[in-house]
Amino acid sequence: MSDRSLRPLCLQTHPSDGPNQGTYAPMSEWRDDIFECLREAGVRQVAYVPDAGHARLITRCQEANDMRALSLTTEEDGVALLAGAWLGGDKGVLLMQSSGVGNTINMLSLIKNCQFPLVTLVTMRGEWGEFNTWQVPMGQSTQAHFELSGVICYRCDKPEDVAETVASALRFAYYTNSAVAVLLGQRLIGAKIFAED
Amino acid sequence: MPALNRRDIVAKLLADRGDDLLVIPGLGQCAYDCYAAGDDPRTFYLWGAMGGAVPMGMGLAVAQPDKRVLVVTGDGELLMGLGSLAAAAAENLPNLAIAVIDNERYGETGQQQTATGRGADIAGIAAAAGFGTTKLVRDAAGVAEGVSLCRTAPGPVLVTFKVDHASQDMAIPPKDGAYLKTRFRQAVIGKI
Repeated sequence: MSDRSLRPLCLQTHPSDGPNQGTYAPMSEWRDDIFECLREAGVRQVAYVPDAGHARLITRCQEANDMRALSLTTEEDGVALLAGAWLGGDKGVLLMQSSGVGNTINMLSLIKNCQFPLVTLVTMRGEWGEFNTWQVPMGQSTQAHFELSGVICYRCDKPEDVAETVASALRFAYYTNSAVAVLLGQRLIGAKIFAED
Repeated sequence: MPALNRRDIVAKLLADRGDDLLVIPGLGQCAYDCYAAGDDPRTFYLWGAMGGAVPMGMGLAVAQPDKRVLVVTGDGELLMGLGSLAAAAAENLPNLAIAVIDNERYGETGQQQTATGRGADIAGIAAAAGFGTTKLVRDAAGVAEGVSLCRTAPGPVLVTFKVDHASQDMAIPPKDGAYLKTRFRQAVIGKI
């Protein structure tokens, strides 16, 4: 009873969470659906700041010989990188967690001013079942920040909606030079739960 | 006091550029310097996006592996995105070069001193991040080699040129971002 260590049951982490201490929840097929959507759309560059919610997708992109996964140190670099990719004729996507969205705000002016397409897939924290108080402010303001910056938000909370939503976001962004974020809800991903013994 | 003139350095960096040199100037004086050296559709002038010049060059370098990508940016712009040097080194892009025009000042905001004026060495930081080729050019004797590294050495390359902070003639490039994007894509990939 004196052991009050935290026991991870299901994990979704970001670099700012520190070392990975837990085990993953069983992966569901929607992550593979996203990969197939990216391939179908001809995505060549996948920029990411790691998140456990995207881990399987990142691995699949790293292993794909027709994509390049680029690991970045902060999310705004992904916004700029995708603009450069588009200048050179490559389609790209940016994978990040909601806690990184605030980092992108000024760089999104590049997207808006130049009418670059932008697709970002955002795993949500700070909402459904969250345990970490520090995730709540950014998670709760993610959509508002995006919309104030000119980014259209699509939201997914059910696995069966993911493929259609991501495919629609890719098509919409690339054909209309729009910026689109797909918010992958914490209810979909599985909340990170810590329980005291 | 650094001795080099920034316009002279940038003119040398972009001389005889041909169709295979793609240029991303960081905001402020570097954009003006690149425009003064001669406008080209394969130059994408930044007027904002501070800290984004290097990652933008990375995305372009991945997309166009057969062309040389040269980021021309200032010490202040790069200091805002130092993490991008670690990412660029890790990606090990052979066609990416970064020229830092280092006047040790935030030139657009009142000439306040940057960290490079107080000891920070961007070429040293790049080397420590994993750039295979780096150089710090302080005087005229090193310019030719520094320019040559930026144009032809296997990347990723970073060269810092220490320049004075004398005022320059006005040279204002286009700032319509959609126009700059469209003309760049037309010139490089042949479509909008």
